[in-house]
Amino acid sequence: MSDNNMIQEQAIQEHSHSHVHRDDIASKMGMWLFLFTEILLFGGLFLLYLAYRFQYSQEFFTSAKNLNIVLGTINTIFLLTSSLTMALSIAALQRGNKKLSIAFIISTLGFALGFMIIKYFEWTAKFAHGIIPGGETLTSRPHGEVIFYGMYFSMTGLHAIHVIVGAVLILFMLRFVIKGKLNKDNYQRLENAGLYWHLVDLIWIFLFPLFYLLH
Amino acid sequence: MGKSEFTFSHDNYLNNNTGKSNLMSWLTTTDHKRIGLMYLYGMIFFFGLAMLIGVVMKLEMLTPGKTLIDAQTYNAFFTLHGMIMIFLFIIPGIPAVLGNFIMPIQIGAKDVIFPRLNLMSWYFYIFGGIFAIASLFLSGGPIDTGWTFYVPYSIRTNTNVILPLLGAFIIGFSGILTGINFVTTIHRLRAKGMTFFRLPLFVWAIYATAWIQIIATPVVGITIVLVIVERLFSIGIFDPALGGDPLLFQHLFWIYSHPAVYIMILPAMGIVSEIIPTFAKRTIFGYKMIAYSSLAIAFIGYFVWAHHMFNSGISDLSRMIFSLITFLVAIPSGIKVFNWVATLYKGSIVFKTPLFYVAMFIFLFSIGGLTGMITSSLATDVHISDTYFLVAHFHYTMFGGVAIIMIAGLHYWLPKMYGRMYNEKLAMWSGAIIFVGFNLMYFTMFILGYQGMPRRFWSYLPQYQTLHIVSVVGMVIFVMGMIVMAYNLIRGARKGPIAPANPWGGVTLEWRIPSPPPTLNFDKDPVVTREVYDFTNPDDYGLPKIEERGINE
Repeated sequence: MSDNNMIQEQAIQEHSHSHVHRDDIASKMGMWLFLFTEILLFGGLFLLYLAYRFQYSQEFFTSAKNLNIVLGTINTIFLLTSSLTMALSIAALQRGNKKLSIAFIISTLGFALGFMIIKYFEWTAKFAHGIIPGGETLTSRPHGEVIFYGMYFSMTGLHAIHVIVGAVLILFMLRFVIKGKLNKDNYQRLENAGLYWHLVDLIWIFLFPLFYLLH
Repeated sequence: MGKSEFTFSHDNYLNNNTGKSNLMSWLTTTDHKRIGLMYLYGMIFFFGLAMLIGVVMKLEMLTPGKTLIDAQTYNAFFTLHGMIMIFLFIIPGIPAVLGNFIMPIQIGAKDVIFPRLNLMSWYFYIFGGIFAIASLFLSGGPIDTGWTFYVPYSIRTNTNVILPLLGAFIIGFSGILTGINFVTTIHRLRAKGMTFFRLPLFVWAIYATAWIQIIATPVVGITIVLVIVERLFSIGIFDPALGGDPLLFQHLFWIYSHPAVYIMILPAMGIVSEIIPTFAKRTIFGYKMIAYSSLAIAFIGYFVWAHHMFNSGISDLSRMIFSLITFLVAIPSGIKVFNWVATLYKGSIVFKTPLFYVAMFIFLFSIGGLTGMITSSLATDVHISDTYFLVAHFHYTMFGGVAIIMIAGLHYWLPKMYGRMYNEKLAMWSGAIIFVGFNLMYFTMFILGYQGMPRRFWSYLPQYQTLHIVSVVGMVIFVMGMIVMAYNLIRGARKGPIAPANPWGGVTLEWRIPSPPPTLNFDKDPVVTREVYDFTNPDDYGLPKIEERGINE
């Protein structure tokens, strides 16, 4: 049993008179299980993408050329870097450097905001060209293109919702760190928020090549 | 909780020590026992509503043509009956009520690992339920797609589809959170000495179920979301007019919804494995095989979904493969049934109500399972697909299997939950009435279906009328039995005679603490020293002996 585990067991025993107790291992385990369900949620979409890519390979090929690789690449860099700053903020908190941790959390949030702003410009540019889900310009195009953009908007849309949820989560963690509720000895919730954020990043790593690069 | 002439001398979870009003103390509780009861009350409400809808549907079938309601109302009714029964009663049923109440006690824990998340799951469940039935009262009318929401009809119909779908999504979320909570609880909060192979089999079943909830539910979640998005924005993913493939919807839907039937049946099998040793006074036969077969069912259950699509136009090769894998499910199920029967063999059987229901279960579920073999054979399935045969098969497994055992579990654990006893004689009689009514109602449907009566029709050809009338008579008997059973349980919970802590002579942990359980379950941490279900030399778990009181004191 590792030291960490020993401390855990002690913590459980000390608090066993009350039914609300702190168990960091359980909390991490619960978070991993939840992330597993998130992957399966996106898994359904990836499965659909796979089926339709086979069915409409030509149209997927041509539609992908219309996406803006430069903006996509910048967003990928943003998310990857934000994962790094997130991990650094946890490391900083574990070493008791509260100020540095706060700085890293804020930069993570900055990257998240940057990602959403670029996403906004990407989507509005598509709308300006009449590529609106259910819009007449789009539905009159070949079926494969309708499906491509259907997949594009639903997958990146669901991902964007996850970016927002993750950012809100991190915002709360920022508050807790500033208030000292999360500190050197109690950082599990920040680590959980970090895990969630890495998942958001991970899904984008798959979305980016599937939509922007494969053509 | 109601008026009672006797209050329990020990501090228990039903007492309100919070300083809040009684109602608020329940709505803000994080106690797993209270949350279990709140699920129970929610479920009684939803089950009652869906049963009422079912009664009206059955009465409509008394005569060909219109009897009570018009065709559109009938469409809405079979949709709502299915939706409420499946998403609000039978999927969350046993895990949320009895899993919440009993499982933490059985592993020697004071609560589940995330008590506040547990309360949140209950609120999600209730809000999801309200969303699901709200469409009844909105303009446009209630959803009429059937509980499977098949596209493209669910995209085209003008009834309220989005709201109930959102409800199903929220309820699914509630199930995921409960699943995560239970898996983590079983990993982290077992008492000292409680190894995995000393866990009561009900805990094993809840564990396997929780995993299916975690793994399967997200897939139907995204499918439901995509139907909503399809309706709102016409993205084309499931709409054949825009190039989408409706078959993909069916695949994604059944990838969840088939494992979901194991979410329903596994906990029921767990309860059977608890009741049989207690009333046979004998250790369970083949403990490890029963535990492993739960996991095997959960695993195989993942690879059989397309047997719901034998007539949807999928390829012959995949039909054969899915048919073969479907037959494999019979192996772990058979292992369980044979082990149960072997446990009863040469046992000192005490035939009380819970065991009576278990006996009913073995009979009814065997019929349900064996007719499942008929539906999973490719050739016969073509003939009986979408007929009353399927409806009968489904109700034999779901009601005859799951709901009967949920009733058995409520009889078995009622003295633990409320510290009071129901009337044994009335319980036996109501069980017998339910059994007769159930068979009369649903066995007739097997014959109707075999003769070609299609499901989901509000009218029929005159030659089917005799059997329909027989079935309706069965329904009336069945409902009477259900009412007597519910009356007996509710009366027992409120005013029944005080029950002893261990009325059945059970050996698992929940029978070693007072009834109703103290707020934190155990005054002293239990220690497990040997295998569970040892009736010759039962484990005392290091707990003080509880005063035994007679049932009719």
